Amino acid sequence: MTVDKETVRHIARLARIRIDEAEEEILAKDLGGILQWIDVLQAVDTEGVAPMTSAVATELKLREDAVDDGNAQEAVLKNAPDRMALFYSVPKVVE
Amino acid sequence: MTNLIAGSTGPWEAVIGLEVHAQVISRSKLFSGAATGFGAEPNSQVSLVDAAFPGMLPVLNRVCVEQAVRTGLGLKAEINLESVFERKNYFYPDLPAGYQISQYDQPIVGEGSIVIDLADGSSREIGIERLHLEQDAGKSLHDRHPKMTFVDLNRCGVALMEIVSKPDMRSAEEAGAYLTKLRAILRYLGSCDGNMAEGSMRADVNLSVRRPGEPLGTRTETKNVNSIRFVQQAIHYEARRQIEVLESGGTVVQETRLFNGVTGESRSLRSKEEAHDYRYFPDPDLLPLKLDPARIEEIRAGLPELPDEKKSRFIESFRLKPVDAAILVADRERADFFEAVAAGRDAKLASSWVMGDYFAALNKAGSSLAEAPVDAEKLGGLIDLIADKTLSGRMAKEVFEAMWESGKTAAAIVEERGLKQITDTGAIAAIVEEILVKNPAQAEQLKGGNMKIMGWFVGQTMKATQGKANPGTVNQLLKEKLGL
Repeated sequence: MTVDKETVRHIARLARIRIDEAEEEILAKDLGGILQWIDVLQAVDTEGVAPMTSAVATELKLREDAVDDGNAQEAVLKNAPDRMALFYSVPKVVE
Repeated sequence: MTNLIAGSTGPWEAVIGLEVHAQVISRSKLFSGAATGFGAEPNSQVSLVDAAFPGMLPVLNRVCVEQAVRTGLGLKAEINLESVFERKNYFYPDLPAGYQISQYDQPIVGEGSIVIDLADGSSREIGIERLHLEQDAGKSLHDRHPKMTFVDLNRCGVALMEIVSKPDMRSAEEAGAYLTKLRAILRYLGSCDGNMAEGSMRADVNLSVRRPGEPLGTRTETKNVNSIRFVQQAIHYEARRQIEVLESGGTVVQETRLFNGVTGESRSLRSKEEAHDYRYFPDPDLLPLKLDPARIEEIRAGLPELPDEKKSRFIESFRLKPVDAAILVADRERADFFEAVAAGRDAKLASSWVMGDYFAALNKAGSSLAEAPVDAEKLGGLIDLIADKTLSGRMAKEVFEAMWESGKTAAAIVEERGLKQITDTGAIAAIVEEILVKNPAQAEQLKGGNMKIMGWFVGQTMKATQGKANPGTVNQLLKEKLGL
């Protein structure tokens, strides 16, 4: 499978990564290579084999429903690019 | 069917499915230990997990899982012993991780159903497609600054159940009945408070139109409609809009629309196509969720009596009409109130008082059952006085008004006002006789067969007794005296 430059631009936009034209060429090649390798893997017959979800035999851990976090406005807002009083402040998003 | 909509080129049918986001009742969030309460100071209920700081890992809340299972059982749905959390990727400032943890291919709850009660007393089953668990996003405030949006992440990470119906509804009435019943079930189960004004229950409306019997048309999705009335308005608006598009030779575009509660209209959200390229994939931070069948059975055994079961029981043991039973069970508190009033009393009398004068007074005062000046015991006391003929129905209405104003018992008001109904037939007979003698012309008409004048005589007698005579007795005495 090959990846064209339009697909690269689309993926970059979805990921909010700005790339220039020269990079488009390189990324198209890189991604194409990865997908070719996936094609090779796809050839393995996995009929009836459940997807592996963990390398170790373990199960999902659940928490009890207790409030033991939060109440940390300053810590949470400390890295905000901008804030207004106790809110995050971001360039206006329309819609 | 009366659900068809008349167009200028013939009848159309609307096909409606609803996606409801119901906020799970839990103390802490779906994947973090931050609190979930409504109305807290901005960003005070946010953990580093919710704010998506690097390296923070989600840990699933057991109660949220059990609430989803409980809800699934209440919707008579299949519970999936294994379900998977996936990342739904999109960028928006109220979702700091850049993805929402949701369920996609393998939701926790599969197909179920809801029985809806319609105004004519009939019922109909609406299919449930699925229920899955997901995180809510934060809240964006767009109107506080000309160039900036302010973000509060308190709601970010709170557990939601997305409950998706099958496209089984055909009218705004059915959609309203579906939401009413779903909300009642959630409230009975205690899995969601159903408070649409606070946003703890929100609906997206999927709608298409077609000629009766033809294949499905192209649908649109109207988002975030936050009251049952708005859902119905959105349906009327969108069905009409699509019919106009089709009848003028156009085609309906599959799109997302945003409802405006002020105008009752919706507008297209012309988002770029790629905004909906969510690239779901299993969240590598979370293993598949496996449920223990024994625990599911425990939850099933602990389910309360649900609205449909209560409705059947009310119809059976109190001989209520289905339409009345449906109204009573729509709200658990009201159903409990009715049961308390009806216990050991004439159920017909109890239901007509509860659903008539009592609910009318409650609605007029805009008060809740808990705050009402007349409780179940006091209303029961009034009904007892009607049953033992101390009060006529008419006097009872007067007493009830006084009870509502003063909070006193019916017995106290009857005592105070000397309102005891005259049950001594002899005394009433004497008054009837007197009125007949005083009004010979009318008496002749009555004898001549003019039954309309009968009401006038009853009225005169009631007046003479200050309403304390029983109108039924007066009627009977009049007929006897005149040999009718």
